[in-house]
Amino acid sequence: MAQNNSDIKYLTPIAVDTKKKKYCRFKKSGIKYIDYKDANFLLKFVNEQGKILPRRIMGTSTKYQKKVAQAVKRARHLALMPYVADLLK
Amino acid sequence: MNQYETVFIVTPVLSADQMKEAVQKYQNYLKDNNAEIVHEENWGIRKLAYPIQKKSTGFYYLIEFKVDGQFISKLETEFKRDERLLRFLTVKLDKHAVTYNEKKRRIAKEAKEQKTEEN
Repeated sequence: MAQNNSDIKYLTPIAVDTKKKKYCRFKKSGIKYIDYKDANFLLKFVNEQGKILPRRIMGTSTKYQKKVAQAVKRARHLALMPYVADLLK
Repeated sequence: MNQYETVFIVTPVLSADQMKEAVQKYQNYLKDNNAEIVHEENWGIRKLAYPIQKKSTGFYYLIEFKVDGQFISKLETEFKRDERLLRFLTVKLDKHAVTYNEKKRRIAKEAKEQKTEEN
């Protein structure tokens, strides 16, 4: 049966490692200020434990990642977001 | 003159009158120090994301104002001394923040007007 396996042919080439280019959503949509009072929006930038997601995953530019981090930290201080959580999403 | 924004959380154990008085105190304090209050927002009682001083809810109040920078440290010491407050945060607003807040207010106002028209 090993022969059959090697004979598999695809009609269309299978997608291997077609990485989607990450982009900075703030630059793209022209957002200049990140509001720390909008906890629902900031929820997109944290994981289930309430930790801030890294730039490496989000694709945010350095400039805006700093602002995101600042906003999340402010929101935490005002108890709009938790410092530690479990199953936030 | 810079534009600032401060949010503070008052303990929920106070009565409605006491709450009003606490807010009034800071409004007067700002006015007495030549601050120009731009905007105020009452968020009411909200659930806290985590307990503060063993309380799970808090009364949120936001004031946006313009003052000289030296006044801020005075205001913050006043906040620190007040035992009715659970938390406070004063932030200096840059030009983007100011335009953002103005836009937000305008949208809220338009939505309100539309609602009244419908009724």
